[in-house]
Amino acid sequence: MTTTETPPTGAVPAAEKKNWRTSGGVRGWFGRQHWAVRTVLALVFAAVAYLLPYAGDVPVLGPQIITEGIDWPSALFNMSYYVLLALGLNVVVGFAGLLDLGYVGFFAVGAYTVAMLTSPDSVLHTEWPWLAAIPVALAIAMLSGLILGWPTLRLRGDYLAIVTLGFAEIIRIFATSSETLRGDRGFSDIPHPPGSYADGKPIFGVADATPYYWLGLSVIILVIFGVRNLDRSRVGRSWLAIREDEEAAEIMGVRTIKYKLWAFAIGAFIGGLGGVMFAGQQGFMNSQTFILQFSILVLAGVVMGGSGNLFGAILGGALISYIPDRLRGIEDPIFHTDLFGFRFAIFGLVIIAIMIFRPQGLIPSRRRAMELKDREKEVAPQ
Amino acid sequence: MLLELQDVTLLYGRIQALHGISMTVGEGEIVALIGANGAGKTTTMRAISGLRPVAQGSIRFNGEDITKMRADLRVVRGVSQSPEGRGIFPGMTVRENLEMGAYTRRNRAEIKEDMDRAFTLFPRLKEREKQVGGTMSGGEQQMLAVGRALMSRPKLLLLDEPSMGLAPMLIQQIFDIIVEINQQGTTVLLVEQNAQQALSRAHRAYVLETGRIVKSGTGSELLHDPSVKDAYLGVA
Ligand SMILES: Nc1ncnc2c1ncn2[C@@H]1O[C@H](COP(=O)(O)OP(=O)(O)OP(=O)(O)O)[C@@H](O)[C@H]1O
Ligand SMILES: [Mg+2]
Repeated sequence: MTTTETPPTGAVPAAEKKNWRTSGGVRGWFGRQHWAVRTVLALVFAAVAYLLPYAGDVPVLGPQIITEGIDWPSALFNMSYYVLLALGLNVVVGFAGLLDLGYVGFFAVGAYTVAMLTSPDSVLHTEWPWLAAIPVALAIAMLSGLILGWPTLRLRGDYLAIVTLGFAEIIRIFATSSETLRGDRGFSDIPHPPGSYADGKPIFGVADATPYYWLGLSVIILVIFGVRNLDRSRVGRSWLAIREDEEAAEIMGVRTIKYKLWAFAIGAFIGGLGGVMFAGQQGFMNSQTFILQFSILVLAGVVMGGSGNLFGAILGGALISYIPDRLRGIEDPIFHTDLFGFRFAIFGLVIIAIMIFRPQGLIPSRRRAMELKDREKEVAPQ
Repeated sequence: MLLELQDVTLLYGRIQALHGISMTVGEGEIVALIGANGAGKTTTMRAISGLRPVAQGSIRFNGEDITKMRADLRVVRGVSQSPEGRGIFPGMTVRENLEMGAYTRRNRAEIKEDMDRAFTLFPRLKEREKQVGGTMSGGEQQMLAVGRALMSRPKLLLLDEPSMGLAPMLIQQIFDIIVEINQQGTTVLLVEQNAQQALSRAHRAYVLETGRIVKSGTGSELLHDPSVKDAYLGVA
């Protein structure tokens, strides 16, 4: 794999240059460009992302890309909150190396808090606007991350996975059976985001999902900036050390529990953000939304895309939402029903193929690749 | 005394690994800790660096009781460890690994000085500055682990089997370097399988057997002690 090559020893001038810039592959190439070139490329990339709702108008290629069984802007919006979830989970799993199998729990906490505060069905009867509920929802999501993390982050590996799995299940069961959270009757009339056009029509209506997608995309871009800065800071360095060797990190003076809690809280915050967006677009939600598969799917997306790499996680998150939506409304050749019914089988094949041909994920993290190799060495008899 | 352990007991679940260990390390000394596999040497190191809580007894460092202190604060106080099995960060380059060693420090200029010092002690690390830790050879990783432990400017350096997996010539060299580090003013507590080397370089030493200290003395005393000879120095 080109991205895992070790740089030539001593041959590289300018001692301070970051390592990934000297490596091969797209990332290495991107890193070597002048900052202005990089900025322009990033802007072009963002512009293309904002124009995606019109992808169907592109001749030849367009019709292949857009979804048939679900309207394209809705599919794009779905992708946007999956990407948010993947970004958040990537902080926990990819950066800090903590296996969280119950990540959807935070998504649920965010969405339910919004529902409770805004929906007329809620026992609270507050009926706040969507915008006002956001800070509360995010704070509660973050808090739930801290509350879950405090006792569990002392556990290692497998135990943490099981406890987080339990957390998501508890939330789901609570949502199903508690009178307050209304089971599958759910909450209706959750308000949409504010704003209206000059003619008085709301920007965020029910007919067109495009504005929601744009909102989601804008939130994603903000989150990318935030997460990237964190990753490059002392916090990111601490996560990296913890992920690579927790005990060694502790010996270096990293306060491991603190940084693991941070990863959990930030992940929960971003997951909660996904829930907030979801609730604001759907207008209705019930306990059926938060099935366990959802957590596993997002995790699969992160791993598939390239755990530990921001853009890998984004790609993975987008794919897990895009692939099933793209399959909708296409007739399958055997039973002549909808290919959507085969989505998990097809997913399975795609994931197996990716794991065979690119075990580090589609856009791998160079460090992660090295860590995996190192772990193999540990397992194999010397 | 820089380091003072008093009746330290440590449990792994219900297994008692240390049965009341008392030992001291004075400022400027090299103290060796030798013993068979499973005697509790690594466990003693982990108790001192704070990776494992002690059940009973106390640990004092530089006049302060650190028995219950968090591991990261002990680093700030001046305890630094090169762990058994090296504990290199495999995805970080040599330079990044060394920088991690200076994690608790802020003074850029001083860190740079210490980086240069590590490169002087281990020229091989300088050559491999940009290589990722995981691809380094075992011996190189060992040098990196020792170099990294020095990057926190420790008062007390804990070395857990620094000669493990090294070629005979390199073993000589790493012990020379340990002595050099010590002469530059760092106190060293050294755990070793290679008792011959450890005892001949250390000022004092302790012998550990199944979680208890069974013998102590100066390095040369133990080197010539018949029972130590029998048990740890191979055929005399
Ligand atoms: N995490 C653990 N859980 C349970 N028992 C442990 C654990 N770590 C060590 N032990 C036990 O504690 C005892 C002391 O182990 P320790 O690693 O301190 O030995 P050591 O003297 O360093 O041996 P070696 O020379 O092989 O490194 C051993 O019996 C070991 O099995
Ligand atoms: Mg040991």
